[in-house]
Amino acid sequence: MKERRSRALTAALLAPAAMFFVFLLLVPLVVVLVFSFGVRGPAGGYQAGFTFDNYLNLAARGKAFYNTLTLAPLATLLTALFAFPMAYFLALKANPKYRVALLVLVMAPFWTSQLLRYYAWIMLLGNKGIPSWLAWIGIHDVRIINTPVAVLIGAVYGFLPLMVPPIYVSLEKLDKRLLEASADLGATPVRTFFQVTLPLALPGVAMGSMLVFILLMGDYILPQFLGGGKVFFIGNALVDLFLQSRNWPFGAAVSVALVAIMFVTIYFYMRFVLSKTDTRRAALV
Amino acid sequence: MRIYAILIYIFLYAPIALIVGFSFNAGKYAMDWQGFSVEWYAKAFSNPLIMEALRTSVFIAFSTALLSAIIGTLTALGLERVSGWLRTAFDALIYVAIMVPGIVIGISTLIAFVSFFDLVNPWLTSAWSIKLEMGAWAVIAAHVLFNIAVVALLVRARLQGMDRSLVEASEDLYATPLGTFRQVVLPLLAPAILAGFLLAFTFSFEDFIIAYFVAGPNTTLPIYVFSSIRRGVTPEINAVGTVVLMTSFALLIVAQLILQRGQKTAR
Repeated sequence: MKERRSRALTAALLAPAAMFFVFLLLVPLVVVLVFSFGVRGPAGGYQAGFTFDNYLNLAARGKAFYNTLTLAPLATLLTALFAFPMAYFLALKANPKYRVALLVLVMAPFWTSQLLRYYAWIMLLGNKGIPSWLAWIGIHDVRIINTPVAVLIGAVYGFLPLMVPPIYVSLEKLDKRLLEASADLGATPVRTFFQVTLPLALPGVAMGSMLVFILLMGDYILPQFLGGGKVFFIGNALVDLFLQSRNWPFGAAVSVALVAIMFVTIYFYMRFVLSKTDTRRAALV
Repeated sequence: MRIYAILIYIFLYAPIALIVGFSFNAGKYAMDWQGFSVEWYAKAFSNPLIMEALRTSVFIAFSTALLSAIIGTLTALGLERVSGWLRTAFDALIYVAIMVPGIVIGISTLIAFVSFFDLVNPWLTSAWSIKLEMGAWAVIAAHVLFNIAVVALLVRARLQGMDRSLVEASEDLYATPLGTFRQVVLPLLAPAILAGFLLAFTFSFEDFIIAYFVAGPNTTLPIYVFSSIRRGVTPEINAVGTVVLMTSFALLIVAQLILQRGQKTAR
């Protein structure tokens, strides 16, 4: 009797979330999959059908895939490169009393409006911003806005706050005695950095890169604002297909492809990282 | 090293300062300073479209935060009591909910709801002459989905860090299970729940892409901001933006303080 009541309680606790996950996540994702095999209705939208045409037609949006799959990894790499020294400073060099406050200061912008922060960069990179300052010192006709460079700057700006904390956590956990041991054994600081610090911080770098990569892959506002329709991502293609040209079945196929690429990349990336960190740890012991 | 850190802070905060600075610009054009003025604040707050969008956004964000905090906490508590395939399934769903890009959540919610409406609307219209359509409630549903996962992870981390002996002590002292929950477990979980509430509020208040797909005829503040940036900016947006930025910074600081204080009392 008591056990039955306990099981009823467990069911009651989990039921609301289960409803959300089933009816707002799983069922809609299956509907997207079904739509992706359908055909476009005469007035847009969806008509039932079974065809692979939408998938065979993906190349029509090849440019969006190409931009996303080249710029998103590149931007992730750049973000990690800029974030690492910052995390290193916070974890090992900054005054421990202010460490957390300084870290929160790095993270805070991520939780404020993405729209407004990229809008500020439209002003900064636009013709009245940095290009006009460059013209003032004699460098004329620089165009930044609506180029891949603008999207990369925006990505580093937008995702640095997300990349620093995981690297910080892995560096902070690092046993400082290992650094001393390495120095005592005669290693130069550079060698200590590459052979001890960096390998031990790798899980944090991997975690941060994955978060940033996931968000960049599905981004819409960044390419929309700073790429200005010239450098567009899969997200921009999706908004166009669903809200403007209203070709839902093709849009569904693009969404399925996006999610599939994401999950496959993450799977292989995690496998690669896990194998790397395991051998490193083994080598260290 | 220190100089690098200072440069990074400038990089992160200069654009925000730019928006705040130009919200006090007397002139009409971006990057063209004409003197100090607060007229754009007055204009923004007397613009009925902005105020309506603000009300919609606050309503959506508050409902999302409340529902996510409750359901997310229930989920974390429930997951403590199960093991095996059910737990694996829930863990997987939580990660899928977090990993699927917002834009795909928006799309899948849109087409699932629209298909559902096409199915039931003819019937509903003939029976009661009502018609279901997209709107604020659809935005709330999609936001809650994502934030249940976030709150569940936060509360679960807190549950796992909790001192079990407190619960045992309470049971030894003949507290009822409900009494133990109310007097021991809930106060210990409160910081994580509150932080989850604030994070969910911020997420929902700031989300553009999901709302863009499912808000139907309703306009949220981010949708309003997006369309005015696309039309060519009005300086009102800087004023609205400044208020939004300051509000979210304030909420974040509160969330952070709560989490930190919570970490101390947990021990």
